[in-house]
Amino acid sequence: MGCSKSKEARVAERQADGKRGRGGRRAAKDHLFSPTSPENSTGSASTALTGPSAQLQAWIDSHSEVTLSKSTCKRYTEVKKLFKSISVPYFLLELDQAENGRGLEGALCELTLKTDVPVVFVKRRQLGGHGPTLKAYQEGRLQNLLKMNGPGDLPESYDYDLIIVGGGSGGLAAAKEAAKYDKKVMVLDFVTPTPLGTRWGLGGTCVNVGCIPKKLMHQAALLGQALRDSRNYGWNVEEIVKHDWERMTEAVQNHIGSLNWGYRVALREKKVTYENAYGQFVGPHRIKATNNKGKEKIYSAERFLIATGERPRYLGIPGDKEYCISSDDLFSLPYCPGKTLVVGASYVALECAGFLAGIGLDVTVMVRSILLRGFDQDMANKIGEHMEEHGIKFIRQFVPIKVEQIEAGTPGRLRVVAKSTDSDITIEGEYNTVLLAIGRDACTREIGLENVGVKLNEQTGKIPVTDEEQTSVPYIYAIGDVLEGKLELTPVAIQAGRLLVRRLYGSSTVKCDYENVPTTVFTPLEYGACGLSEEKAVEKFGEENIEVYHSHFWPLEWTIPSRDNNKCYAKIVCNIKDSERVVGFHVLGPNAGEVTQGFAAALKCGLTKDQLDGTIGIHPVCAEVFTTLSVTKRSGENILQTGCG
Amino acid sequence: MSAAYPRLSSAAREELRRRLLGLIEGHRVVIFSKSYCPHSARVKELFSSLGVDCNILELDQVDDGASVQEVLSEITNQRTVPSIFVNKVHVGGCDRTFQAHQSGVLQKLLQEDPTYDYDLIVIGGGSGGLSCAQEAAALGRRVMVLDLVVPSPQGTSWGVAGTCVNVGCVPKKLMHQAALLGQALTDSRKFGWECSQQVKHNWETMTEAIQKHVGSLNRSYQRALREKAVAYVNSYGEFVEHHKIKATNGKGQETYYTAAKFVIATGERPRYLGIQGDKEYCITSDDLFSLPYCPGATLVVGASSVALECAGFLAGLGLEVTVMVSSQLLRGFDQEMAEKVASSMQQLGVRFLRKFVPLQQLEKGSPGKLKVVAKSTEGTEMIEGLYNTVLLAIGRDSCTKKIGLEKIGVKVNEKTGKIPVNDVEQSSVPYVYAVGDVVEGQTELTPVAVQAGRLLARRLFGGRLEKVTGTVQLVQKLSSLYKEEPVKRRSPWTPTLASLLQVYHTLFWPLEWTVACRDSNTCYAKIICSKLDNDRVIGFHVLGPKAGEITQGFAAAMKCGLTKQLLDDTIGIHPTCAQVFTTLETTKSSGLDITQKGC
Repeated sequence: MGCSKSKEARVAERQADGKRGRGGRRAAKDHLFSPTSPENSTGSASTALTGPSAQLQAWIDSHSEVTLSKSTCKRYTEVKKLFKSISVPYFLLELDQAENGRGLEGALCELTLKTDVPVVFVKRRQLGGHGPTLKAYQEGRLQNLLKMNGPGDLPESYDYDLIIVGGGSGGLAAAKEAAKYDKKVMVLDFVTPTPLGTRWGLGGTCVNVGCIPKKLMHQAALLGQALRDSRNYGWNVEEIVKHDWERMTEAVQNHIGSLNWGYRVALREKKVTYENAYGQFVGPHRIKATNNKGKEKIYSAERFLIATGERPRYLGIPGDKEYCISSDDLFSLPYCPGKTLVVGASYVALECAGFLAGIGLDVTVMVRSILLRGFDQDMANKIGEHMEEHGIKFIRQFVPIKVEQIEAGTPGRLRVVAKSTDSDITIEGEYNTVLLAIGRDACTREIGLENVGVKLNEQTGKIPVTDEEQTSVPYIYAIGDVLEGKLELTPVAIQAGRLLVRRLYGSSTVKCDYENVPTTVFTPLEYGACGLSEEKAVEKFGEENIEVYHSHFWPLEWTIPSRDNNKCYAKIVCNIKDSERVVGFHVLGPNAGEVTQGFAAALKCGLTKDQLDGTIGIHPVCAEVFTTLSVTKRSGENILQTGCG
Repeated sequence: MSAAYPRLSSAAREELRRRLLGLIEGHRVVIFSKSYCPHSARVKELFSSLGVDCNILELDQVDDGASVQEVLSEITNQRTVPSIFVNKVHVGGCDRTFQAHQSGVLQKLLQEDPTYDYDLIVIGGGSGGLSCAQEAAALGRRVMVLDLVVPSPQGTSWGVAGTCVNVGCVPKKLMHQAALLGQALTDSRKFGWECSQQVKHNWETMTEAIQKHVGSLNRSYQRALREKAVAYVNSYGEFVEHHKIKATNGKGQETYYTAAKFVIATGERPRYLGIQGDKEYCITSDDLFSLPYCPGATLVVGASSVALECAGFLAGLGLEVTVMVSSQLLRGFDQEMAEKVASSMQQLGVRFLRKFVPLQQLEKGSPGKLKVVAKSTEGTEMIEGLYNTVLLAIGRDSCTKKIGLEKIGVKVNEKTGKIPVNDVEQSSVPYVYAVGDVVEGQTELTPVAVQAGRLLARRLFGGRLEKVTGTVQLVQKLSSLYKEEPVKRRSPWTPTLASLLQVYHTLFWPLEWTVACRDSNTCYAKIICSKLDNDRVIGFHVLGPKAGEITQGFAAAMKCGLTKQLLDDTIGIHPTCAQVFTTLETTKSSGLDITQKGC
């Protein structure tokens, strides 16, 4: 039903895509030996009209299938038979029969670095000799290659309107939204197990090995603090309360299981096809889905959305994949990790270190350079100080170079050798668990993007997109953590996915706004931020043009247990030239995320310092501190709190 | 006269302001007038008939007349001429001057001896009064604060800083926190903490800790007053004549002080039922936070925010709590939210007796027990109950009756006891101002009083020009046990306007509660948008944990003109409760299901 409309859309797309489309190819058919083709991209054909290289290139360019062989070759007959059986028109050049056979053979050798025949080219791509060609046929790659680029090659109709690769927050949001427009949607989601074999269900990183379990474990740590506080509030809690790791992970995993189930039900209700299979592009508009039994299926779709996200990076040192765990493993670890070394200073590293220490473990963090790169460094350092005060050890300017097992077990014992980043000093330490949190890599290298020509940033593996989330291949879109230069946050992916679908299938023109995206870090002292860091603001507007207002504050609830005075901190960065508009919002303290959200909306509305001052506070809450900020950082005045305002 | 006044730079404006204040302060009578204005002429005649020399500035005859008028209206909030100052006090325009003449106030003002003991005496040392006093002192004025807590009928009294710090926001939130921690103990077992099943609560430990904190706040306020050189006198202030006040200390010693200006910031105290036995046997929120023993089975009478908050945390501490409500819950708040608050409290074991009021019988039953007889408001039904403690929270009355206001003629609303003021906090007597809960029509919230007090001092004694007026966004917060409901209102509307509104709402389940398996589908988010005004958000309501923290930022956003579109464009923070506001889709009018299944 929806197909008639999508066909129109397809025609439009082809026309827009006409450069690579019919014009060139049709012309080429009539002039078999024309050495210049409008789509020629190698450039070699333009060198000479008559040289054997040019001639060879011209043939390769102008035919979808070219076989170079010798009439005496036995193996070629099999290839010939194959092409006949799938009724593909083919162009055969028998080198030993050709006029300039020797020259051509030489040119072929130059081109392919091979001397034996047959050599098969499909769509200008060298498929190889006899063996690879037959293999390509068996795998279906040959058929797909033949159908690439050009209207004649496209499937008559698509299996789906939209296939989404990756069933994380972004992908699922897009899928559900597309289903609202009665589109035929498929989601391919497959979790490649971690080196230690951990895997999980539908919903992606956030639900399974990210935000959700992380915040729940953070909550477990907060509750540990609450137990201590509660004595001051009159609750007769025993002095020492032990923590049971298994019970916590079981509860957390149960909740995650219910979410996984909820997502599947939601997809079913919305009539979105879900396949637990690994998606890889094999040709234009075609994707191969491989399930965990290795069974493969090919699906076609009018459009694709890449939402494969990222996975933790490993160190690439001896013992890392064998003995270390990552956040992918931590949240379902069947045993308490014990004494833990956290490697890295990303927010993942600090959050994990924070809650592990909060449930009573001995935690060390090994940091190569700075904490929380990209975040406001003033805030990052305050977070670090607070963690140190609460018993988390930091080893700075060191990187691990070797991890060895001393003893197996749950947990076992590991020896970590680390080297200083600025000298030859090495140190050794013994831990039960080593958790790597040094960064994440986009899952874009093994999904066949090269088969369809989606451009990647080779260095980062990230996908550059337009401001409408379109990749270099017009019918393929991407959202979420795989995007180059965008924020790696669940709500961003969800928003981008929803808005993309509304633009594709609704009449919307609203684009995802990646400015002023608020975020929060669930370190023991939580951090909420929106807008620019102080450094970025200085860089953008100049130091003389920004005014920073700041203050410490002491949450009322913390006064009774009398803890952490002058740790919580509020800061706003204003652009003086633009009526003191608030361009950066930062808060360190309990419930930082809850505090930040509303102010993020206010920043969206163009909040100025005056408007902030004019807002009446809610008493007694932490967030009210922002309505009475009066000390500028420039003034150097004391912001330590001695009483309550 | 040209309609547009010249745009002044802020520096020029400040300069002009200083000049005008200099003029006002340097002369006995200053009249800002226009030479052709008949009202101005009448006033001039009046003063000449009294034989008083006037300093007259004819705004139509000076070059910067329009600017003067503009700045003057900022100082006085009176746009028109004539504008009369007598001994630095702004009397008002023509009518007010003649009224003052008739009542004798004008003569009194004219007689003023300019050598008062103080520039400002603030009566009442609560949040509003102290902020005003400190600001005025910071501006170099001689300031006195008179503050004396009249003990409650049960004999409870407290230190400096008023209701909020001693018997309001601060101890209330701390007891609320104690209740939340009780819930945290239960939750913690689900999160792997092996704490025992039955954890008892010790009331004395809690109140002692809270009182200790309150005591430290009292001391820090006193220190701040000393540092700012504000004279703090622990005495009861009562006007005896114009510009003169009698201060009576705890031992009954009387001292008299004079001042050029006065600010009334005496606040409110809990109301009693006026039935037999209420003052003898009942306690109020004034007594609760320092009660030396656990209140036990408690009847809370009233449905104000104070009543529900106290009932909530008492139940959270494990006590048996009953709330007796005569009619509406949380009058003035969004009623849908109010009912949701009540039903969530019921789930936590709080019992509600709706449409009942205590009768004229309240007697001590068996030792430590009180027998309460109540009567239905709708019929003749009577019920009887035995409680350990009866907490009255039926409302609060302004402390304006016994401070000698009648002696100097400050008008008070007879019914409510509140003081009507103009929009620069000035009472009917020009040199007497009022801030905080005693002000008629004012929202009774600490930050409102603080803001009003501070800005008043700046207006009176120089500094930045601002005013707190009716356009102030009201943010109210109500926390009951585990549930907090802040209600934000901009303007009340009538049902006929309902069609011009769009209400978006949803239920939500805080992530932390999922593992603890409690209260799914009780937290609720609601916004009210005006269809006529670009879907501007005019009401914001949230019921759930950390409601105050969530609401504050959105209050700032509403101040900046938040619309539904801007809200939708804001990206959520995951996983928080507040993020629910960025994805509100279901309108109330659609009637669609809003219960949450997934996350």
